Amino acid sequence: MSAGEVNRRYLGRSLRGGAWLAILALMAALHVLPWLWPSIVHTMIMIFLFAIMGQGWNVLSGYAGQFSFGHSLFFGMGAYTSSLLYVKAGLTPWIGLPAAMALSVGVGLFIGFLSFRYELKGPFFALIMLAFAEIFYVIAMGWEWVGGALGVLIPLEGDSWHLMQFTSKNPFYFLLLWLTAGSVFLVWKLEGTRMGLYFQAAREDQDAAEALGVNSFRYRQIAMAISAGMTAVGGTIYAQYLLYIDPDTTFGVLNSVEIMLRPIIGGPGTVLGPLLGSVVLTPLSEVTRIAFQAYSGAYLMFYGAILVAVIMFLPDGLMGLVRNITARFLGRRS
Amino acid sequence: MAEVRDLVVEKVSKSFRGLQALSEVSLRVEPGEIVGLIGPNGAGKTTLFNAVSGFMVPDQGRVAFGGQDLIGRKPHEICKLGLTRTFQIVKPFGNLSVLENVAVGGFNHTLRPGVAEEESWRILEFVGLAPKALIPARNLTTPDRKRLEMARALATAPTLLLLDEVMAGLNPTEKEEVIGLVKKVRSAGTSVLIIEHAMRVIMGLCDRIYVLDYGCLIAEGAPKAISSNPKVIEAYLGKEYATAERH
Repeated sequence: MSAGEVNRRYLGRSLRGGAWLAILALMAALHVLPWLWPSIVHTMIMIFLFAIMGQGWNVLSGYAGQFSFGHSLFFGMGAYTSSLLYVKAGLTPWIGLPAAMALSVGVGLFIGFLSFRYELKGPFFALIMLAFAEIFYVIAMGWEWVGGALGVLIPLEGDSWHLMQFTSKNPFYFLLLWLTAGSVFLVWKLEGTRMGLYFQAAREDQDAAEALGVNSFRYRQIAMAISAGMTAVGGTIYAQYLLYIDPDTTFGVLNSVEIMLRPIIGGPGTVLGPLLGSVVLTPLSEVTRIAFQAYSGAYLMFYGAILVAVIMFLPDGLMGLVRNITARFLGRRS
Repeated sequence: MAEVRDLVVEKVSKSFRGLQALSEVSLRVEPGEIVGLIGPNGAGKTTLFNAVSGFMVPDQGRVAFGGQDLIGRKPHEICKLGLTRTFQIVKPFGNLSVLENVAVGGFNHTLRPGVAEEESWRILEFVGLAPKALIPARNLTTPDRKRLEMARALATAPTLLLLDEVMAGLNPTEKEEVIGLVKKVRSAGTSVLIIEHAMRVIMGLCDRIYVLDYGCLIAEGAPKAISSNPKVIEAYLGKEYATAERH
């Protein structure tokens, strides 16, 4: 082994100057985009929103390997908590947001406590998550005080930073742009720390991880907490963006599918997978939904087709493809 | 690795649905020793490892490491005390790189990625895996997987290392390499308890040897004494061979 190899760091994450410059340039371009191309702002907002929530899903299901089929639970809790706190108690969503995160984390830890203690994995854990999302769906549907099937309408008070309400889309765009960048940075850093490595070790082989000093229960719970919190942020901002939520679009099963499909297609357990998946799939889903408007649910068939194709041809997701291409490119160069 | 700790196993018993896997097994590993644990298939060697490393709670008996009671502790807690094991059926973290595999062990005693990484490189050099540090562990060959299993365990900086058949499936040259490695581990201050199926391999390596048969300890002593012990020969080769030997 050469000395040069030792000097390169493989755990604590660092980038070369050129990479930082590229990121800086991309961020700068994204900051002027709303003025250059105003009609894309809505799509970009949806891309960011699902990238953040996909990253949340990715921490628990990609890195820690606990496959969740019910992340709409945390999305819904994020949306409902902040909305109800505002409508019923007059509290600003800026307070509602941390409250929503705390509540989601609490529920997540409760589910984790029940599941991880008995080492529930794979389909069993996925079904537990689905069951809890459905419980909250049924509660939201049946409880008139929280709006029942009609949902919650957040009265628009006009432009107000204080109430996280804006008549223009741009403030949401910038808020979500930075939250997305933050979530990607967080997971990128996490990957090279003890915590990130322990998540993956417990995913790969629990017994071996335990023998090496990994408290798999504790680290799964930490992954659950991070995941629940990140997804709840998406829920709250979604509610503020649309100013209307109902049980179907929050706690519904289809929403769980929407959240997890992007990181699965992008590449679960990778830093950029959720973002890449969202960049590819979100515009497609917006377009197909409009194109197949007349046939409700037709876009889901489209999702199914994409999923089948990805599983057949790109088992490691789009990131696997990207890695293969860069490896080939770098290989040819050297 | 400076701390001096001994392992004491006292009258440990375990049965699985009436099958007595271990009956009143007692053994000790003193600091700095290489102790062998041998016996035919199904003698209870791995069961004893599981009882010591926290993967199984014995029905009876006491296990203590450096004076601390181990029974009821989880494997990760026992690892924190300085006792680490490997698995007979290797369990690499397949999707992680070899370096990351070792770093999981390295993080046992540090939170800083830089420190864990440096330590991991050092151990990869030590076991001869450094050139393959950056490939996914699932691409390793069987001998390399065995090495990785040891490297990860060593990275936790154990005072006692439990090796479960690290030489099975290796050819004679590779076995020699592993034997050299175990000796190096001991000179670095770690005591070793090693399970081995093949007797010849272990004779030149161990200070003392325990022999298990059907869950019972049938012999204990220096390698020379063990190899001529009629009970041991009987357990391995059958009764006729043992009596023939005596004439």
